[in-house]
Amino acid sequence: MATALARQPVSLKLLSSGFLALWCLVAAFPILWIAVMSVKSPVDAFDDRFWNVVTGPATLANGSGVSVLGIALYLAACWGMVRLVARQMPSLIGQIPPRRRWIGWVLGAAVVTLGAALVLFVLLPTLLAVLNPLAGPLGRDVFGFTTEHYRTVWIERGFLRNFQNSMIVTCGVVLVSLTVGTLAGYGLARSGSTLAFWILIIALVFRALPHSVLVAGYLPVFINSAEILRPILGDAAPTLYGKPLAVIAVLVAINQPFTIWMLRSFFQNIPADLDEAARVDGCTHFQAFRRVIMPVMWPGVITTGLFSFLLGYNDFLVTSLLLDAQNQTMVPAIAGMFNRETTTTDQVVAVAAAVSITAPLFILVMVFQRQIVSGLTAGAVKG
Amino acid sequence: MKFTTFSAFVGPSVVMMLLFIAFPLISVFVQSFQVTQPLYEAVEVETCTPGFLTQTCVIETRNQPVLGEDGKIVTETRWVGLQSYANVLELGRAWDAVSAGSWRALMAIDFWKALRFTLSFTLLTLPAVIALGLALAVAINNAGKRLRGPVIFVSLLPFIITPVIGALSINWLFRGDGILTALMERASGQDISMFAQAWTIEVLMMLYRVWHVAPFAAIVFYAGLQTVSSDSLESALIDGASRWQRMKYIVIPHLMPLILFVGMIHLMDSYRVFEEVVGFSSQGHVISLQWLTYDFLQPDQAGNRSISRASASAMLTMVGIVILLIPPLKRSWRDHRKAH
Repeated sequence: MATALARQPVSLKLLSSGFLALWCLVAAFPILWIAVMSVKSPVDAFDDRFWNVVTGPATLANGSGVSVLGIALYLAACWGMVRLVARQMPSLIGQIPPRRRWIGWVLGAAVVTLGAALVLFVLLPTLLAVLNPLAGPLGRDVFGFTTEHYRTVWIERGFLRNFQNSMIVTCGVVLVSLTVGTLAGYGLARSGSTLAFWILIIALVFRALPHSVLVAGYLPVFINSAEILRPILGDAAPTLYGKPLAVIAVLVAINQPFTIWMLRSFFQNIPADLDEAARVDGCTHFQAFRRVIMPVMWPGVITTGLFSFLLGYNDFLVTSLLLDAQNQTMVPAIAGMFNRETTTTDQVVAVAAAVSITAPLFILVMVFQRQIVSGLTAGAVKG
Repeated sequence: MKFTTFSAFVGPSVVMMLLFIAFPLISVFVQSFQVTQPLYEAVEVETCTPGFLTQTCVIETRNQPVLGEDGKIVTETRWVGLQSYANVLELGRAWDAVSAGSWRALMAIDFWKALRFTLSFTLLTLPAVIALGLALAVAINNAGKRLRGPVIFVSLLPFIITPVIGALSINWLFRGDGILTALMERASGQDISMFAQAWTIEVLMMLYRVWHVAPFAAIVFYAGLQTVSSDSLESALIDGASRWQRMKYIVIPHLMPLILFVGMIHLMDSYRVFEEVVGFSSQGHVISLQWLTYDFLQPDQAGNRSISRASASAMLTMVGIVILLIPPLKRSWRDHRKAH
């Protein structure tokens, strides 16, 4: 009978897969397109003919391009590195005792990033400079390709500092909101009281608030905080406006409603018998949480952490209003680049910055696809 | 769980929410009735310029900010009642426009323009997101098992991308003679400019939002499709129900709670539409309620921020959120009462 349900006319199958193919094209095209634009000279990037943007004749004419041999080498190198990492890393890290394993992951990620940068930006270009003249027609440049816009963004425009600021804010938000949220989510999941219900409802209302409403409340206080806090803290009273720490606190609070709803639903899926058994054996609530719940809660915490990361990383409104130019994060910085009266060169530089912001997210989806999907389907909430 | 343990677990989170959400809300509410301005005083100043025989002196009164003992400008906070609300709503002008029956005049007032766009944006994208999400979920469910992973990966990209960057990437496809504008021009034989009038920008903003949110809807619905009972589908098949009837009478009712959930989340999020205005640089033509508050909060050329007007427009935005939230809150209260 199941086969009868699965049986479909050919036309329906064609329609369904055609629709899916069209959607994949629509979903990926704008993102792929900015990646293509970012490696072309301004004339090519804003050409109105599709093919000119892809091949980049003006970029080629400027003497920067990549040959068929080059493309093949780069692809082979990427493929090889991915294979190597996927095969070797888990077993290498598996040798480290479980308690320190996270250090292994952090170190491993750093080594991989460095190694990839070394191979792609140093080793391969020198190798190609030697090989291209030897390879005849295969070694001739066919596609325009230049990394100068990335160099402009990261080195001349000081995007590196924006990147560091983004990382500080994002990591701070993830760490603090997970610590605070895990405790609260556990407490709320194990308590059926009316107070717990009201906390959750108020959190739901808070989740719906437009962020600009809250920022309107912070701004005057943050700008004058030195004077407001002076009676309490004396001369050490800080001006909170422009400080990354203040923004972290704000984003953690904005993220709290979502975090506690999501973690609560994960904790509810962990059977309460587990901690009750621990309590019978003489543990307090905190000991039960630490010894019994913490070892099994990681999938939920990782998923929630991913969404907290996205909130901190993608935020524009709060960071652009509460941080000064010195501590600016990446997303407001690029909006500033774009809003100035600009030449086409500036526009392509902004495109390169946009691709630089998107690349970490791309890797994030690649590594954590399953966790993101499980977070979306966890039921109650979304970031 | 005892109350002390419960409060130890929940305490830090509640304190953070009180300090950074509830307290700012109250302070915005208070600010919206106040105006803080530098205190001015009239000073008689005598300025003399050297001249022949006698110098020429002019005495004039000038308004200048009062300086305090520490050399800073003294500011004064006054209660102005509903003045800031009146400044934002411009009821007089709005009433004139309504009584003259002139839609164009009403839309010249920032608040009403923003409200019109926010509401139409919210209501028009809602059915599009649900329909596209359902269609995608059914199509993914129909695809071979091997294909599902890669398709979901590609679908997640628009959902996960930074909203400002996503809007920009669509913007670059259409800006000036971007390739898609050029394509449409070649197809229609006309000169098309997508950023010269408001309605085309609005269409692009809505397309962007549907592109951005449909993957979320699709994945939630796809998860829901996995739990449709095959028994009831089989019995429907035996009873001779067509494919469309099985969809309409079994699958859709099964997914209904999820459709309501996605719709609710989408209403909340699209009512806060903001990043699109930044990404499409549309503030000349189209603005949203949240952007209005943001704009009041930005320092103007003299470095002043109109906090009180921002607070008033923020409180007015809140009214809409409260109206949106009443039905789901009522329902969860009923569920809670039933459960205990």
